Amino acid sequence: MAKRQYSFYPGCSSQKGASSSNYLISAQTMCEELDIQLNEIPDWNCCGASIGYAGGGELPRLTLSARNIALSEQHNPGQSIVATCAACWLSTREAAERLQHNPALAKDANTALAEAGLTLKNQTPIKHMVEVLIQDIGYDTIKTKVKRPLAGLKIAGYVGCQTNRPFGIAGESFENPQYLDRLIETLGADSIPQFEKKVQCCGGALAFSEPAKSQEMIKGILESAHDNGADLIVTPCPVCQMNAEVYQEQINATYGTNFKMPVVYYSTLMAIAFGRSAQDAALTGQVIPAEKLAAIAGK
Amino acid sequence: MGDISKNYRLNFLKEVEANVEEGEWVKMCMQCGVCSGSCPLGKFWDHPPQEIFMMIRAGKRDAVLTSNAMWMCTSCYNCIVRCPRELPITHIMHGLAHYAQRLGLAPAHQPTAKFAQLFWNNLMKKGRVNELKLGVKLYFMNGIGEGFKTSLKMKDIGLGMMKTKRMNPMEAIGGHALEDVKGFHAVMQKAQELEDQRLANQRP
Ligand code: SF4
Ligand code: SF4
Ligand code: SF4
Repeated sequence: MAKRQYSFYPGCSSQKGASSSNYLISAQTMCEELDIQLNEIPDWNCCGASIGYAGGGELPRLTLSARNIALSEQHNPGQSIVATCAACWLSTREAAERLQHNPALAKDANTALAEAGLTLKNQTPIKHMVEVLIQDIGYDTIKTKVKRPLAGLKIAGYVGCQTNRPFGIAGESFENPQYLDRLIETLGADSIPQFEKKVQCCGGALAFSEPAKSQEMIKGILESAHDNGADLIVTPCPVCQMNAEVYQEQINATYGTNFKMPVVYYSTLMAIAFGRSAQDAALTGQVIPAEKLAAIAGK
Repeated sequence: MGDISKNYRLNFLKEVEANVEEGEWVKMCMQCGVCSGSCPLGKFWDHPPQEIFMMIRAGKRDAVLTSNAMWMCTSCYNCIVRCPRELPITHIMHGLAHYAQRLGLAPAHQPTAKFAQLFWNNLMKKGRVNELKLGVKLYFMNGIGEGFKTSLKMKDIGLGMMKTKRMNPMEAIGGHALEDVKGFHAVMQKAQELEDQRLANQRP
């Protein structure tokens, strides 16, 4: 089968030795199995994330994304941009739309880009990897690739904020999106539809700057997953993954709780269900080991 | 920039409309309170979004621009998708924060305000974020003593991230960068110039 081609925007946090490098590894494995070819945007820059607003005014921030889109249009013409990071997807799509609706800003962005010989046409669709899975590939095709169903696992689908709002996945509600649960079921595991914290904010960048406030919210997410009998949490967002996973010891120390809840990416789940090794699924990147998944991978 | 408010004959709403990203939306707020009730960190803010919009219309310039509100916005977009008037609340919050920062009115010890600026400076250097340097700067932003305390507290997290190859101590020297850093800087410098011009032209 011919491979589907996408212009890939990996984002800073997925770089080698960065906090979601495990996401990139598992996403690449998942894409291999689904005949998706990711063509990295050459020399892409940071999108500015959500927190870039303090130093970056409107035009400088939009120009960051404009540079990436222009590079994509030049080097990977005709291909949709796909991002794995929720914040990268959001910033890029937001910038593209703002520049489409505001010709004066678009003109200024192009004047700035001309300094490096770049031009923005701004005709490129910008997708999150989850949209590619659900809209371009589809649950049925995904199901045909499952070699090791994740039977017996109970998984809380934690959608979080930015893969869900303000754009979200077409046809899904903001308050109770179903796609992650459906994906979990497609892989042969049990979802938890009554996981009431599925769209709760994890605190985003405030996990760094105001940890006490952020950890209070993370505690709520973990508690709900635990009380609903989850073996692990799955998420489509690198910020959610990191925040929900790595602060559990601190949360335990603060609240006298005893969380040891693995938090994995959907791509890790899929890589394992598709029959790939723990290494290829980046299970080795878990700070809190996902033992039940590792056991399935070891079969 | 100190007496910018005089240009607006003390009409703070007009000032916001001309200078704050998406500020022209503020007058559309119908004070229903949905945003305040939806904001995950609202309870920590001096003034939740609805109140901020009311204060802007009431001309409470200093109280708005010096407040710690806006800076605790996590960009969760809860408010945006729920607002019956479809105000781009998240962006107005960011715009207000940025404006307060530009005028030097942002609260000096608001940790997210500092972190947000560090993040921007970090990415402007080489076009990509260096998580390690950003983290170290963050932990030391309130001085050496507190920095070591925070670093110590975060030590186990750092070790966990290093063991799983999700943090690389070598990023402290060099680290990820664009190939065309020069072009990147030229583009961003031009964008900043044009931004400054655009704002100057909008002023009465
Ligand atoms: S949002 Fe994060 S990962 Fe995405 S480009 Fe920006 S800093 Fe990098
Ligand atoms: S939800 Fe919208 S209309 Fe209601 S108070 Fe907030 S900004 Fe105003
Ligand atoms: S986007 Fe910001 S202002 Fe809106 S609900 Fe979330 S934290 Fe509150």
